[in-house]
Amino acid sequence: MGPLDALPRLQVGDAFTSVVEWIEGNLPWLLDTIKTVLKWAVNQLDTGLTYIPVLVTILALAAIGWYLRSWAFGVYTLGGFVLIANMDMWDESMSSLALVIVASVCAMGIAVPLGVAGARSHNVSRIIRPLMDMMQTMPAFVYLIPTLFFFSIGVVSGVVATVVFAIPPGVRLTELGLRQVDGEMLEAGQAFGASPWQVLSRIQIPLALPTIMAGVNQVIMLSLSMVVIAGMVGAGGLGGVVYEGVTRLNLSKGFEGGLAVVILAIYLDRLTGALADRAPVARALRVRSAAE
Amino acid sequence: MTDDPLSPEINLIEARGLFKVFGQSPMASVERLRQGTSRDELRESGSTAAVIDASFAVRRGEIFVVMGLSGSGKSTLIRLVNGLLDPTAGSLLVDGEDIAGLSPKQLRRVCQDKVSMVFQHFALFPHRTVLENAAYGLEVKRADKHERSARAREALAMVGLDGWEDYLPGELSGGMRQRVGLARALASGTEILLMDEAFSALDPLIRREMQDQLMDLQQRLGRTILFITHDLNEAMRLGDRIAMMRDGRIVQIGTAEQILNDPANDYVAQFVQDVDRARVLTAASIMEQPVALLGSGAGPRAAHKLMRENQLAHLFVVDRHRRLVGTVHEADVAEAVKRAHDDLTDIIDRSPATVQGSMTLAEILSDSAESSVPLAVINESGRLLGVIAKVTLLNALSDNGTVDAPDSGVDGLSGPHAESVAVPGTPTGPLVSAESMNSSGGDS
Repeated sequence: MGPLDALPRLQVGDAFTSVVEWIEGNLPWLLDTIKTVLKWAVNQLDTGLTYIPVLVTILALAAIGWYLRSWAFGVYTLGGFVLIANMDMWDESMSSLALVIVASVCAMGIAVPLGVAGARSHNVSRIIRPLMDMMQTMPAFVYLIPTLFFFSIGVVSGVVATVVFAIPPGVRLTELGLRQVDGEMLEAGQAFGASPWQVLSRIQIPLALPTIMAGVNQVIMLSLSMVVIAGMVGAGGLGGVVYEGVTRLNLSKGFEGGLAVVILAIYLDRLTGALADRAPVARALRVRSAAE
Repeated sequence: MTDDPLSPEINLIEARGLFKVFGQSPMASVERLRQGTSRDELRESGSTAAVIDASFAVRRGEIFVVMGLSGSGKSTLIRLVNGLLDPTAGSLLVDGEDIAGLSPKQLRRVCQDKVSMVFQHFALFPHRTVLENAAYGLEVKRADKHERSARAREALAMVGLDGWEDYLPGELSGGMRQRVGLARALASGTEILLMDEAFSALDPLIRREMQDQLMDLQQRLGRTILFITHDLNEAMRLGDRIAMMRDGRIVQIGTAEQILNDPANDYVAQFVQDVDRARVLTAASIMEQPVALLGSGAGPRAAHKLMRENQLAHLFVVDRHRRLVGTVHEADVAEAVKRAHDDLTDIIDRSPATVQGSMTLAEILSDSAESSVPLAVINESGRLLGVIAKVTLLNALSDNGTVDAPDSGVDGLSGPHAESVAVPGTPTGPLVSAESMNSSGGDS
């Protein structure tokens, strides 16, 4: 009998369960709305991406890569996506891409305002930080349990779990970027009579954009890494392929699915990196380092 | 102290009993300060008194310099004027309106319409072009696009940056960046310009150039400028009036000459001893009344008598309107008396060395060295205003104020030279002539 045994067993898990049940019982309209909207968005995007002839999509993606980054990246894109189509992974890849895009947009939509709030107030920041730590370190599978409660098997559960998992770097990097903006810049804005909104939108966010874009990049990468886990709850796409490969010990299919994920990941990573480099402030920084 | 009667017509900025205290319960700290608690005592309780009981008035159209070392509260003071900081107590009128009681929205309007600011480290927006930076104040005001661009271009041209509109600040040198900062403030069209150590980050040559440009612009535009600096030479050069600040308090307000010649306390006196007096003091500020003047109609005997009575080796000769005619010398006068001439006309030296009252001592130094008689200070119409003997000039250059040697070191200042502080006051002595040079007291 250790002294800790005197402490009654704390029902942490049960408490969480009752929270989940309470939400399920009292906020069905919210859950339904989320479900409808997310399902609609993913389906529209998925349908759109697969409706366009494969070659057209490949050429368009390659052209974007060439324009935003370099011709070499355009060639990579072309080769990579032709390989995906060749491996018969096209539809799965496009539905995963749709899921990643919707999840990333949702995650950034939540992360940026949270990051802004955290940058403006130390108190908010103090509350957000441990929450983000928890969200990032909690094993990703755990998110699947409540989302399955709320949204049952299907793509919506996959999206929601992905969003929750991908939010933290978005919040952190947004807050970091905003905090790094030189205080004299903010003073300059205020000294000329700019409102808090004008300071935020015209000075802080543009100056923090490279860091915020790094956040976007991280969010997308985390979303992609969740694709396989989302596949387990029936989100389909490449996750479904890989999951099937695992459960049936189908080595070649599993590998091909994984390779398609990698090709997508590299494409999205380099593309967002190129976007960050095109931010005006990134251009300004290059100019300065060239001048000095 | 030289604070004139406060009047809203001529005073564009007016502070009365202004306090700014950082820390817990600032109002209680203000009470303690009013009851005589020192700044250091307050610091022990965790509060920082940045500005203590500051009262001053900036007149429309003048350059008012607040001068102090780091930690003297000058940066806080300037930030009170445009509401970047709220005063803890006291009132601050900008164009007759008390800033202290305004809502954030009203304050923004004041910043848009009345007060703009130039920053020490320029605070240009690196992601915006020079033109967009210059137009920022107008953009905030939501001025129409054409007007914005036109006025920003105009302001950039004023500071000599036409042709640089499409560059980014990062492509410009330090001096040019600060000119963009100046253009941004000018373009917004506010009457008041706050300049926070605006030239301190620039190297000395560029700084001087910028000072010249600012004075030049000021002559054309006649804005009201509140300039903060820790460089006394800069303060003396630019300021119509200067407020000396120390440990949160304003210790003296006056013109450069008043502060140099009549420092309010040891602190100011110690401070001004490092000033390049030759470039600050003007001929008019150190000239003295001639002991005796000779009318142009007088004869050699009158001249001789005057010289003897006043122990002078020469006299300045003036006409009825006190316009300078020339000088006569002892030897010539004695000769004329001996020969019983009754006219001085032949012996008047008609090209004595003359200077204008507004010239700095640096400018009159070589004239003084070359002249055997004191320099005559005249105005545009040739009227004799006063004279400057060599000894007066040297005294003024070496003078360190009229206070006694401080008994304790003045903290925050390096190298107080006790021997130079002990030199007695302003150039004095009723008898001023070239010969008396040898008796000049001094450390020069």
